[in-house]
Amino acid sequence: MSEAESNVALRHTPLHAMHLRLGARMVPFAGYDMPVQYVPGVLKEHLHTRSAAGLFDVSHMGQIALRARSGRVEDAARALEALVPADVLGLGIGRQRYTLFTNDAGGVLDDLMVSNRGDHLLLVVNAARKASDEAHLRERLSERCTVEPLTERALVALQGPRAEEVLSALVPDVRAMRFMDVRAMAVMGEPCVISRSGYTGEDGFEIGIAAPAAEALCETLLRHAAVAPIGLGARDSLRLEAGLCLYGCDLDETTTPVEAALEWTIPAVRRTGGARAGGFAGAETILQQLAHGAPRRRVGLRPEGRAPVRCGAELYAAEGDPAALGRVTSGGFGVSLNAPIAMAYVPTAHSTTDTRLYAEVRGKRLPILVFPMPFVPTRYKRSPA
Amino acid sequence: MLKYTKDHEWLRMDGDVATVGITPYAQEKLGDLVYVELPKVGTTFTAGAAAATVESVKAASEVYAPVGGEIVAVNDKVVAEPGLVNAQPTGDGWLFRMKVGNAAEVNALLDELAYKVLTE
Repeated sequence: MSEAESNVALRHTPLHAMHLRLGARMVPFAGYDMPVQYVPGVLKEHLHTRSAAGLFDVSHMGQIALRARSGRVEDAARALEALVPADVLGLGIGRQRYTLFTNDAGGVLDDLMVSNRGDHLLLVVNAARKASDEAHLRERLSERCTVEPLTERALVALQGPRAEEVLSALVPDVRAMRFMDVRAMAVMGEPCVISRSGYTGEDGFEIGIAAPAAEALCETLLRHAAVAPIGLGARDSLRLEAGLCLYGCDLDETTTPVEAALEWTIPAVRRTGGARAGGFAGAETILQQLAHGAPRRRVGLRPEGRAPVRCGAELYAAEGDPAALGRVTSGGFGVSLNAPIAMAYVPTAHSTTDTRLYAEVRGKRLPILVFPMPFVPTRYKRSPA
Repeated sequence: MLKYTKDHEWLRMDGDVATVGITPYAQEKLGDLVYVELPKVGTTFTAGAAAATVESVKAASEVYAPVGGEIVAVNDKVVAEPGLVNAQPTGDGWLFRMKVGNAAEVNALLDELAYKVLTE
């Protein structure tokens, strides 16, 4: 974070006072004063999430209700399909999907979750992009839809193998949910929107709740012995191990969904030959790349040594090559793996598993292998108990 | 008696050999360390030159030679177990020892009180 960023007035989430009370170390993030870690620190918080349940404040993220002026959710879905290469029309009530806002060149404006709430669509977008996402939605969809930022809502994530046990003690019905289900449910008498999803690779839930009720919910969750508060530091190391992209690092306006290895987000119905092929921003470039491949690709990397290889490190095909062929976009330490890991963009010819590249770190060329992602197995609950 | 730098290294003299590490304040700010890279024995550094690297989950930080001199020993234990730097930053978590070229450079470092004022 820069000095300049820390000088501007930072916004607070509804849980700010709780973070301070819990002894969090606060840092500026996307214009918010956010907990980077609590007292135990990043290592313990990461491992706690993988072994029990971690509670994350993600209220800085944007929650946006998209409603068709006609009142019909399928009209909102049809409208949104002009901005994302997903099958939104085919998204069932109570289901959620990961997708991307694309620009006219095929680059990524943001990554987001979209869910069908029955009478409207609910979008969850990145904190740093929410203002531009809202403007984009208004500019492109205002004739057909209303765009309502849910600014009075908090969002908390409960992640880890014991998340279901913890949350079901308050809301037994969450047991019946599977990965990417979204339900409106009362938690401690408070109406919430719960999705079975997250950003850690673990099973877990994200809970949208009215801002004034968020702290009481968190205090109740934290009283459970399995639950600990987790900061942004571990959130980043957890998502990196899970192979998940961070917008602004691994995705930006110059990376296409195909280059980003996110083809799986584009279903057959939106591809060439599909019933609703194309029709989204940047379709020409993206469909062409789906058919013929892209010049570069996002890959996972594992350094052969112990030294972490961080964002910005240049990659080379050989130890003595003068010209770099790619660059690390996220890199750090995989705490559960007890080894350094990274993500990078490299030429597609160098993107196959076990390709050895060299990363330049402090003037030295360190061997690093292309490695399949996720780095640790995901534990999403894809079928109900 | 420890001496300190404004960059949060400490130094302990024994004859003309200085043992160097990072301060409790520095380890607390950095958080859990996961990687330590130490210089080779025999390398010579001038005061203020990057001599070692310590890395947390989130970031890498340089450790500067507090004074000029030659590396005469490094602590392999912290390479194998970086968390030792967090647990005992001025004890078993020391990083390297150097033979000091110019004792006047040691005298110019911060004493405990001056460093305490710096970090409050």
